[in-house]
Order: sequence, then C-alpha cells, then structure tokens
Amino acid sequence: MDTVKEIKKDFFINMGPQHPSTHGVLRVVLNVEGERVLSSETVLGYAHRGVEKMAESKTYVQMMPVMDRFDYVSSMLFEWGYVGAMERALGIKIPERAEYIRVIMGELNRIASHLLWVGAFLLDLGAFTPFLWVFDARERIMDMFEEVTGQRMTNNYFRVGGVKDDLTPQFMKMLDEFLKMIRERMKDTEELIESIIFLERVKDIGFITKEDVVNYSLTGPVARGSGVSYDLRKNEPYSVYDKIDFEVPLGEKGDCYDRYKVRMKEVIQSVRIVEQALNLLPEGPYAEKAPKVIKLPEGEYYNAVETSRGLLGVYLQSDGSTKPARFKLRDPAFSNLSILDKLLPGNKISDVVAILGSIDVVIPEIDR
Amino acid sequence: MAALTGSIFFNIILSIIGVMAVFTINALFAVWLERKVSAHIQLRLGPMEVGFHGAIQSAADGIKLIGKEIITPQGVDKKLFPLAPYLVFFPSLLMFVVIPFSEKLQVQDLNIGLLYFFSISCIATIGIFMAGWASNNKYSLMGAVRSIAQSIAYEIPIILSILGVIIIAQSLKLSDIVARQDIWFLVLQPVAFIIYIIAAIAELNRTPFDIPEAESELVAGFHTEYSGMRFAIFFMAEYTNMFLVAAMATTLFLGGWRGPILPPVVWFFIKTYAIVFLIIWVRWAFPRLRPDQLMNFCWKFLIPLALLNLLVTTFVLKLF
Repeated sequence: MDTVKEIKKDFFINMGPQHPSTHGVLRVVLNVEGERVLSSETVLGYAHRGVEKMAESKTYVQMMPVMDRFDYVSSMLFEWGYVGAMERALGIKIPERAEYIRVIMGELNRIASHLLWVGAFLLDLGAFTPFLWVFDARERIMDMFEEVTGQRMTNNYFRVGGVKDDLTPQFMKMLDEFLKMIRERMKDTEELIESIIFLERVKDIGFITKEDVVNYSLTGPVARGSGVSYDLRKNEPYSVYDKIDFEVPLGEKGDCYDRYKVRMKEVIQSVRIVEQALNLLPEGPYAEKAPKVIKLPEGEYYNAVETSRGLLGVYLQSDGSTKPARFKLRDPAFSNLSILDKLLPGNKISDVVAILGSIDVVIPEIDR
Repeated sequence: MAALTGSIFFNIILSIIGVMAVFTINALFAVWLERKVSAHIQLRLGPMEVGFHGAIQSAADGIKLIGKEIITPQGVDKKLFPLAPYLVFFPSLLMFVVIPFSEKLQVQDLNIGLLYFFSISCIATIGIFMAGWASNNKYSLMGAVRSIAQSIAYEIPIILSILGVIIIAQSLKLSDIVARQDIWFLVLQPVAFIIYIIAAIAELNRTPFDIPEAESELVAGFHTEYSGMRFAIFFMAEYTNMFLVAAMATTLFLGGWRGPILPPVVWFFIKTYAIVFLIIWVRWAFPRLRPDQLMNFCWKFLIPLALLNLLVTTFVLKLF
C-alpha cells in the first residue's frame, strides 16, 4: 500500500518548455496527485541570451534596438526606460511635443499589450473567439506604429532627445478612427468574455495578498489587482503624466478575476490618456539635438518607467567611454513570476494555466 | 436485375455505400461549416482559396493528411496504439444503421433502435482510453482519464432525458417515435431537449466540455501522439459524432423527417444541420470548464433535473 502512495506522490508533469500555454519557453514542473497540484517548480533560462553582458560590448546607441527585444509586446515602453536613463545622465531636456508623442505611443503600446494579454488569457481558458476580437483592435495599433515608426513591433522609435520621426497626418486619421471604435469593442468583448463559465473559472483562485505584493516586490496590474495602489505614472510622475488626468484601477481580493478586471479598466484609462495627450499636443520640434557620439559622464544612472507589466528599472554604470561599464534591468515579469510557485499548490491542473496567464509573463524579458 | 434488387446481399452493399457516402460528405461538409461559422464569429473569412469560398478545402486537407507519414513514437504499445483510432471510428459508422433519414431511407429499423444507438456510442470511450494509455504520454493519460470520468457522468443525463421521450412515444423504434410526433417532442419535453443538447456536447468532447483534449492544459489530450491519417480518423469520428448526435436530436425532438412541401430527406438534413450549427456556435462562444466543475454540474444539477423531468412527465401522462 505504501509503495502505491509513493508512486502517486511522484507523478510529475513537465509543463514546457514546449507547451501551448506557458507563453514561450517557460518550464513548470508540476508534482500532481490526480488533477491536484501538490508542488511546482519554475525553471527558467531557455531563452537566455546574456544581453546584460552583451550590452557592455555595445555602444549606447547600438543597445537601442536590443531594448525592443526584451518585452516584444510593449517594446516602446522599454525604449523609454533606457532612453530616459541616458537623458538623465546627459541632462537633456526634451521638447514638449516629443514628451506628448512618447506618451501617446507608450499608451498605445500599453493598450496593444493588454489586448494581447486578454486574448491569450482567454485562449488559455479555452475560448478562441475573444482572441481574434481583440486582435482586430490590436492590428489597428500595429498599423499605426508601422505608419510612424516603420515597424509593427520592435519599433526602435525613441531617441536620446526625442523621437525618430514626427507623427504623420495619416497616423492622426488612423488614431481618430481607433479611438472611435475601441471603447465599444472593449464593451462588446467584455460582454462576450464574462459568461458564467469564465467567472467560475477565474474567481477565487490564485489569491495574492497585499503582504505578498510587498514581499515578492510585485508591480503592475498584478500588484494593483491585489489593491496595492502603485503606479509609477501616478506615484512618481515622469514625462508629462502629471498634466494628464487618469485613474489607477484597483482590484479588491487579488484573485485572477481582479487582475483581469484591472487590465480591462487600464485599457480604457490608456484610451483616456491618449485622448488628452492628443488635445494637449503642442506644435514644435519632435527632437532635441543630441550629441552624435553618446558618452555618458562617469557615474551611475537609474531610470524607472511603468510598463504594461509593471515597474521597469534601467541601471547604467558608466566609466566615461562610449560603452556602458554595467547594464542591469529590473524587469517586472521576472519579479511577478516569482510568486507562481507559491500560488500553484492546492489548485487543479486547469487552474495552473489560468494563474500563470493572469500573471502575464513575457519570456525573453525574464530570461534576457 | 430484378432478382438482384430484392436480395439481402444487394441491400447490404447498397447500405454500406450509402452510409459511407453520407459519412464522407458530412465529415467534409461539417469541417468546412465549422471553419466558416467560427471564422465569421471571429471577424474573419475562413478558407477562401480552394473552391468557392473554400468549399473543397477540407477535401484538400484530407488528401494532405493521407499523404503524411504514419509515425509510431518509441515506447508506445505496439498493438493498442494503431488499433485505438479505429475503435473510436467504427462505432460512429455503426450508429448510422438506425438513423431514419426518411420513412424509407433507413438501413435497418431495429425495434430497439434507440437503445442500440446509445449502447454503441459508449464503445468509443474505450477507444479513447486505449489511445491515451497506449501513447505512453502523461498528457495523453490525463486526457484519457478525464474522458472516462466525463463519459460515465454524461451518459446518465442523456439516457434520463430521452426516457421522457420514450414514455410519450411508447416505443424504442425510431420510425415509431418520428411517426408519433404530430406535435414535436421539443414542445412536450423542452427540459429534456436542453439536457440532451448539453449532455451531448459533453459526450462529443467539445468546448465548453472539451476537457479530455483541453489544448491549453493537456496539449492535445488523448491524441497528443497521433499524427497523419490516424489523427484524421479521430478528427473524422468527432465530426461524424456531431452529426449523429444532431440527427438523434432531430429524430427525438424535432419531428425527424416530417415537414411540409420539401422532401423528407431535405427536412431531415435541414433540422440536423440547424442543431450542428447550434453546437458549433456554443463552441466558439464559451471558455472551457474545469474538470471538477464539469462533474459537479452533471451530478448535482443535470441528473437531478433530468430525474425531476422524468417524474413530472410520468405524472402528467398518468393524470391525463
């Protein structure tokens, strides 16, 4: 009898690195008893490229396109973090128009990222239709990016001192159409998604307490879903966010449903920000003159921005040459993922994908 | 020729050809229909290239699958692994025997037709478990175990729901049941119809009850290791079962082949594909249930409801 018990205790399911719902090459080793998860172990490193070391042998400018390749679904927000650190070091004040362009592009990128998340999350739960409904909206954002930056993803649009190109009239027209349709599309999608089955699946699983948020240093929608009001755009406003009126949506219980709801509300808030930024958008230059060869003065520099997954910190150490002496990211998804092993035990296998999905990880960002 | 037409042998050959024709054409059409309907639900067009609006896309896909190498992975059970797809597939063919397409167009009008139909349908579960077990893969095994639990649970509400129909029709013979439907049994047994459709979707392993092949959890469930034509056989069996379940719903609740003006066979197919459309629609509108929720829903809600429906039906029939 004992041997049977032993065997039952050691039934492992190896979820990933190739699995439809680990969103890339994440590997989660589950110890299961029937459908119930007893313990889990998250294994990282399948997409490790050593980018932080690589940065030491690249010039500051050469590092720009690499910034896109961490979190490829909200790449411009990552560029913003890096460019901000360099501007802080060089003491460059960028033109106001550039700030507003950055806010518009950044928030559009946040919307695109959240839309992708909603679709992928529902795909994990087994519903295919919402994925394509939100992708229709996301596609319009991608088209807008292509119009201005020349790329749909990995845009490489931000520059030290401003942005690469000005917004085009065609972009304005497309943005106008997008803003007209997005609210209604979000309402329709929400109605489609929130069936009783969905609510049964996501409510009351994967609780994250406020203490957990602090202990595991969780940020972004995961933290806000647990009712912790921490949004860098509000708490330490950078760029022109202090001139814009928006709310920080909060959850109450900290379950998967709250995290879903927070992201859905954040899309609407981002739409509000874009609308206001569009009204406030001043005329003028879109970029300040920056030195041709960027050499940061000796010292340590840090800049933080709020990406769609949470707080991104970019740390640069300079020895006065054209290459950073040390480059380090504090990225949101890595910290957010750390709570996974605490959340999984006691849940069913089906809940594993729901909880993992609700945390919203992008693997190249974690494995850098 | 006259002697030949009357012979049993000729009838058998004709029946086999007929069943195979309906089976093949339905499988091709149902796959195309599913892709088109899902596409339009999802704001896209679906297959457009091969034939008119992609009409022969599924035939092209079938040819591709036939041309693929049959892969038998290492470590599988050498006997059960190739056998399993056929054990899922043949029950679907056998179930065609009792389907009354019209008054005369029926392979064999068994007097226990209904019992035969639902007994045969249970065999497929063995095939699914066999596939999961023989694959020597943990995802397959989990899918197979889930499938067994689900099939046992959902057979009960199906049988309980059709018992109401049997009581009213007082026959297990499908032609009799159709003949007695001067008023559709949908009107007399609305609750039974709803229970039947829900339980039937669960029997088909389709969303929201597709836990045995939950792709985001179990990769592809019991058929993870299958590819090429063996996978295609599972696939065809699924779509054939969808047609059969809809055909049975038509026979039991929607008055079978009966209808004005149009020929009976046409009426039969219109009604059947209306149910098929409903099943497809449900699939693309909902996410998947969790296995324990699925069981709870069946044992704590569907079965008591079906029993209550049966009780009420019996009382009403006794009183009037």
